[in-house]
Amino acid sequence: MNLPIYLDYAATTPVDPRVAQKMCGCLTRDGVFGNPASTTHQYGWVAAKLVEDAREQVADLIEAKPREIIWTSGATESDNLAIKGVALFYQHKGKHIVTSKVEHKAVLGVCRYLESLGFEITYLTPQPDGSIVPEQVEEALRDDTILVSLMHVNNEIGSVTDIAKIGEITRAHHIIFHVDAAQSAGKIPINLKELNVDLMSFSAHKIYGPKGMGALFVRNDQPKVRLVPVIHGSEQEWGLRAGTLPTHQIVGMGEAFHIAKSEIEQESKRIANLRQRLWNGLKDIEAIQLNGNLDKGASHLLNVSFNYIEGEALIMALKNIAVSTGSACTSASLKPSYVLKALGLSDELAHSSIRFSFGRFTTEAEIDYTIHLVKEKVAELRNMSPLWDMYKAGINISTIEWGEH
Amino acid sequence: MQYSEKVIEHFENPKNIGSLDEHDPQVGTGIIGAPACGDVMKLQIKVNDQGIIEDAKFKTYGCGSAIASSSVATEWIKGKTLKEALAVKNKDIAEELSLPPIKVHCSVLAAQAIAAAIEDYRKKKKGH
Repeated sequence: MNLPIYLDYAATTPVDPRVAQKMCGCLTRDGVFGNPASTTHQYGWVAAKLVEDAREQVADLIEAKPREIIWTSGATESDNLAIKGVALFYQHKGKHIVTSKVEHKAVLGVCRYLESLGFEITYLTPQPDGSIVPEQVEEALRDDTILVSLMHVNNEIGSVTDIAKIGEITRAHHIIFHVDAAQSAGKIPINLKELNVDLMSFSAHKIYGPKGMGALFVRNDQPKVRLVPVIHGSEQEWGLRAGTLPTHQIVGMGEAFHIAKSEIEQESKRIANLRQRLWNGLKDIEAIQLNGNLDKGASHLLNVSFNYIEGEALIMALKNIAVSTGSACTSASLKPSYVLKALGLSDELAHSSIRFSFGRFTTEAEIDYTIHLVKEKVAELRNMSPLWDMYKAGINISTIEWGEH
Repeated sequence: MQYSEKVIEHFENPKNIGSLDEHDPQVGTGIIGAPACGDVMKLQIKVNDQGIIEDAKFKTYGCGSAIASSSVATEWIKGKTLKEALAVKNKDIAEELSLPPIKVHCSVLAAQAIAAAIEDYRKKKKGH
């Protein structure tokens, strides 16, 4: 077993060796190094062919047409292009956008920026399990709403939002629907032929592809979605995204999506079993809370609050496993996770949360080791926690008047 | 967070974890911080008839540097007079542990906890 055990697959994944191998073939002089935009010679043609093959592979996983895939540098850029692109193109129709409080910063940051340009944003509050329900979206729509932007799977707690139902609503109102699928592509089946989703953001590195690579699905007919580009320059990507196409990155993303397509069914079952195994091992620990919904959530992620322990201390104690926390103490802002706060968690429970996320290379032995280690370290840290003593003495810490600091 | 070796040493092998009887007139208890802020420090001292801190214990809910700061604080004040203990400054703790700037508040809490424990002890003495 390699220590520390990597259980942070929701943050990023290692590149699959099969992907890395393909990528290596597009870098050096003996490989396909040409500029895909060079239409005057064979070096360019060969590279362009690989780029288009990869476009097909990506489109294939999500049942889209290759023409609807725009290469970007990652899901953050895809979100920027989708939201700013729609806002700027359709602003004459209205300046209202609906999103949620638990979106990734890539969406929230863009929304804040658009507010400064005079757009109005409605931030929906999620259900206790982290999802946004269709009724909430319908209620928030106005005559001047031009866009709804929601994530498919939440990156902190794994909640899944029903994008099929929401898409029916937005389509009926002729409002553009953007979905950030960075955490769901390759893990949950996505069929864009059936879904009424107009724009969808993807990341390569969340599913064993390279970092710095993503794509945006832009529906090309019924309806055709128009965007103002964010990056201007040459004519690559139908004028929607200028810049020399990074063949090796694109080939990597294509291969990663291709592998995901053939392994998604088997892999998601195996990973769901790992998650269940971890939860079975942890659930009897006193005073813990599962954040999210085990039955309805995405299978690669488990978020648990260990009450009366601070998350960063737990992470330090768990140095043999690599996980993340919603605790403030690991962030520069010293504020606990806005996602967990939006779910209604107290600051204490948000500070005490740990996100375990699993993937292709996670083994049962690693999960068993994790269970053992977590139990041991939780007991150790509670032994030094004054809040644990109070809890054990039957004192409700929320009734105590604490000082400020 | 990348911590210094000293923080990690005190975090992994903290000194003086535990509790003293808070009803003992020789014991002073200070509780500082708030759960919502991610830090609660309970620091206790036991003062002998000569006015020397003969024992100090802590329990801390907080991040690694808060636990390490508590450990250092209790180590340092043992064997000291109350006046000497009050002279332990947060700056000294922060320097000892090479705390990153964003974690300096942990050393502030530790210094406040020492002061609060001493104040509690003095109040008890006056009450007698």
